Amino acid sequence: MSPPSSGPAVVALNGVGKAFASGVVALERLDFAVRAGEFVSLLGPSGCGKSTALRIIAGLSAPTTGTVEWPQAQDMQPDSSPGIGFVFQEPTLMPWATVAANVRLPLKLQGLAATAEPRVNAALVRVGLSGFAQSYPRELSGGMKMRASIARALVTEPQLLLMDEPFAALDEITRFRLNNDLLAVWQSLGKTVVFVTHSVFESVYLSQRIVVMTPRPGRIFAELTIEAPYPRDERFRTSADYAGYCRGVAEALTRATAEGDRP
Amino acid sequence: MSYRASAARDEIRPRTDRMLRVLLPILVLALGIAGWELVVRLNDIPPYVLPAPLLVFSTLVSDWGILFASLLVTLTTTLEGFALAVIGGVGLAILFNQSRLIEYSLYPYAVILQVTPIVAIAPLLLVYLPQQAAVLACAWIVAFFPVLANTTLGLNSIDHNLVDLFRLYGATRRQVLWELKLPAALPYMLGGFKIAGGLSLIGAVVAEIAAGSAGAGSGLAYRIVESGYRLNIPRLFAALLLLSIAGIAIFFALSLVSHLLLRRWHESAIVHEI
Repeated sequence: MSPPSSGPAVVALNGVGKAFASGVVALERLDFAVRAGEFVSLLGPSGCGKSTALRIIAGLSAPTTGTVEWPQAQDMQPDSSPGIGFVFQEPTLMPWATVAANVRLPLKLQGLAATAEPRVNAALVRVGLSGFAQSYPRELSGGMKMRASIARALVTEPQLLLMDEPFAALDEITRFRLNNDLLAVWQSLGKTVVFVTHSVFESVYLSQRIVVMTPRPGRIFAELTIEAPYPRDERFRTSADYAGYCRGVAEALTRATAEGDRP
Repeated sequence: MSYRASAARDEIRPRTDRMLRVLLPILVLALGIAGWELVVRLNDIPPYVLPAPLLVFSTLVSDWGILFASLLVTLTTTLEGFALAVIGGVGLAILFNQSRLIEYSLYPYAVILQVTPIVAIAPLLLVYLPQQAAVLACAWIVAFFPVLANTTLGLNSIDHNLVDLFRLYGATRRQVLWELKLPAALPYMLGGFKIAGGLSLIGAVVAEIAAGSAGAGSGLAYRIVESGYRLNIPRLFAALLLLSIAGIAIFFALSLVSHLLLRRWHESAIVHEI
């Protein structure tokens, strides 16, 4: 069973543009909405501004034009509550703190340290790191560090999970496993996920909807829907459907890239 | 077969290696002392030119009362200077980090304080300050800059993604400082402390020597100057020996602190197995 993909919008970008002080235009007239419970990927070549779009949604960067709207409750806004979880491209763990302390950080920063313990443990169990609470990040493999990073993003029980190429640096075996585990988390918790990637295969495997972007400036080139039902597993990864979707998305990406390179 | 042999050698290597690291310097020291003793005896060198090591040692024992009292004076100055350098250096670095305007205003003067040779400043300080305060000021001046410079570097070397993460969860300035910047700067700070420990001893000695010639000191450096004037060269050597042991002790104490604080997480403190 797949979660609803046509629910109310959680966040909507209206004509969002971003130009940096250096004159680089990262984004231009970006319009798209993320619906509650949806798994949507932003796909594009490097330099297409997909990470910038994610940072704007997270409130880490301000758009130069346009607006970001949160049609639902006030508590979804990033500056007022833990409505957002963010997973960076690198694990971004504090090397001086144990895994448990790293996962506890968001709660601690919000003054909830006293009641954090059960939530930290639950988040660690969810990503399969329960035995590593007292380990230090340097003692973990790349995949386990990323799991810790995901646990930290989940610990505040955010409605919206923003992920910025989280698995790009991992080997393929680890990436496939984390893909599956991420889908399991998404389905069981009913989160909304915005996932930035430059991998056609990863985006097709994970998403209900793929937003293909052009580079320099970043614009939406196409939106593609992946109808395949969840749960998706290795059978889907080797199916003709999957190959077909990948071909379609890859073509769109190629055209988007060519469009961006045009003077 | 050659594989097995080399594997066996690898197994032995770490332990032998550790033993050699301790034994070889001791051996060199023993040889050096024996050679020194031999040269003095064979050539009949008078003790006011070059005392034999055994004489230095017996002087250390016989003059222990006076030398130990002096050692305590110098060590107290050194540790006080070091403590002030740590407080001042870390405090100023935090202040610089929090306010760019303060950094712009004060940093050049911190540099000037550092680059002006302490030997040249010491006599001036002795004119304006009571002697004990002047000596302490010298120890502080030379020790504080490495703490300031290293802590500043550490506070500025933070993973920018972690900064974003703290912002995302609405961290206060105080939280960013205590939970992020200071822990991230800790390895740099400890490096600065290690340099500052040795430098504060040097600062104390320089100031004592400058003060000693004015006739009112009792630290180890004063004993050295005094022994020199009196041609009591064995005591001069004994005082020198104590000074260098004090320096070594400070270095090892600070290395130990650094190791204990960093061993779980920082690359510099981790022993990698090959």
